[in-house]
Amino acid sequence: MADTKDHAGTPGSGRPEPGSGRPGRVRYTATTLLRPFVDYRRLAWLWVRAFAQYPLSLVLMSLAVTVSVLTQVGAVVILFGHAGALAGFSVMEGLLVFGLASSAFGIADMFAGSVERLGNHIRSGTLDAMLIRPVSPLVQVAADEFSPRRLGKVVPALAILGVALSEVDVEWSAAKVGLPVLMVLSGTLICAAIWVITGCLQFFVADAREAANSLTYGGQALTEYPIAIYGQEVVRSVTYVVPLAFISWQPALLVLDRPDPLGMPEQLRYLGPVVAVLLCLCAALTWRFGLRHYRSTGS
Amino acid sequence: MRVHFAVYARGLRRHSTYRAALVAGLITNSVFGAINAMVLLAVFSARPQINGYDASDAVTQVFVGQMLIAVTMIVNTGPSLDLAERIRTGEVANDLLRPVSLQGWCLSQDLGRATCGFLFRGVPTFLVGVVLFDVVAPYEIAGALAFSTSVVLAALVGFALRYLYSLCGFWMLDSRGVWAVAGLVGPILAGMILPLPLFPPAIGDLLRLLPWASMVQIPAEILLGKESLPGGGILSGLALQALWAAVLLGLGAWITATATRRVVIQGG
Repeated sequence: MADTKDHAGTPGSGRPEPGSGRPGRVRYTATTLLRPFVDYRRLAWLWVRAFAQYPLSLVLMSLAVTVSVLTQVGAVVILFGHAGALAGFSVMEGLLVFGLASSAFGIADMFAGSVERLGNHIRSGTLDAMLIRPVSPLVQVAADEFSPRRLGKVVPALAILGVALSEVDVEWSAAKVGLPVLMVLSGTLICAAIWVITGCLQFFVADAREAANSLTYGGQALTEYPIAIYGQEVVRSVTYVVPLAFISWQPALLVLDRPDPLGMPEQLRYLGPVVAVLLCLCAALTWRFGLRHYRSTGS
Repeated sequence: MRVHFAVYARGLRRHSTYRAALVAGLITNSVFGAINAMVLLAVFSARPQINGYDASDAVTQVFVGQMLIAVTMIVNTGPSLDLAERIRTGEVANDLLRPVSLQGWCLSQDLGRATCGFLFRGVPTFLVGVVLFDVVAPYEIAGALAFSTSVVLAALVGFALRYLYSLCGFWMLDSRGVWAVAGLVGPILAGMILPLPLFPPAIGDLLRLLPWASMVQIPAEILLGKESLPGGGILSGLALQALWAAVLLGLGAWITATATRRVVIQGG
């Protein structure tokens, strides 16, 4: 990316001392690679301090998010209670799917959810200001209005995932213990990539935000339940077209070691991390493509 | 009255210019409606009757809820009345100088927005439901009349609540927290996330009496002609909605008066 090159040329950004040889070069590469993350952390901290200026609002917003997650859990419990089992999943197995989906979406929303406001930045011209700063514009857009209130969602979601994992009937082996972490990580990357890709639509259609929400928030609503209940066509399209199935459904099948009720290939469940990496590449390319075709509103 | 009508017409025109946003909203509401409907259909295929609701009732309620989003703005987690931002910035001082009541002005404007949203976003969303799912549409004139009255009352209750959320800004300076709570908790209380008959009966009956139910649950039951309405019939359901609209608008007027007498507006 062009801006990465700019960083490399900026004096004082980890430029190696003359004659320092190999270790210096390693450190130089490391600082260049880590640079976006450091920038992100600084910008995010700035916004945390800004939100802390209205403490009552912040507390209320965090509580509201927590309450809404808990009521969604309530909804899952009520629905499974009425039906007994959905797609062969019991309540706890259903909560496992819910926990995976809402953790991944919650974390992705916290770190990349602000990309959905790209249209506002374009309309008000703040994107132009971001483009002239020596920080990747994607980092700036993603860190914009970073709000700690989203922890109000992430924490209970992870707690539910933990409870569900300990309650479901699984034989834990050494290899399986690391699995949930990897699953949440790849789920988060998939969600974040979808957020960026749908956000990029706003480079071309300024009002696309709400339509994009049907993929982001809609995707979350969809993956909170065992997706086999939606029927074959939906499951196929969220596996092969928009890979939402790899956020909660395939990982749940893997952990529970269960045959796919719709008879899809068993190998799919191991592909989550691969899908995540590919989709992130896709998101990076979309962002570059969008930014190249960006035209300022001129205001 | 003429002023109010003019403001209403401006509100309608202002929102009908954002056509792409209307289409985008229509897509989002339809997608969410379809997802919710499919989840409920899966539940009802395991248990055909739950507290007097069957699959078709539940799916109808889902699409009534999605249709009314454009009217009541019940799911917005951010301020959905201009007033909220105007109180925070102090611009409300200009609004208070007008020789029209603040609430009347905002109400006319918001009803204009709601009319536009209902016609161009709500009704098409409902039609998507009718085409894709087994949604009950009002076919008789009496039923259609009762349902339209209920929608108008829902719009009034929706406005009155959001007006009250905005007024919190006079004391809290920043009402965004209140909006977030309302936008996340409101849909649950209204029967939008889950139809209230699926809750334990005692909780469901209690929630039906709260103002939020008048924005989804009560209109849906009026459309379906359910006896589970508070008071047992369509008329008493409408009466409950009208009561809440009157009480909340009255409260809004009273708080506006208190706020303008006591509170110093930001920026002077």
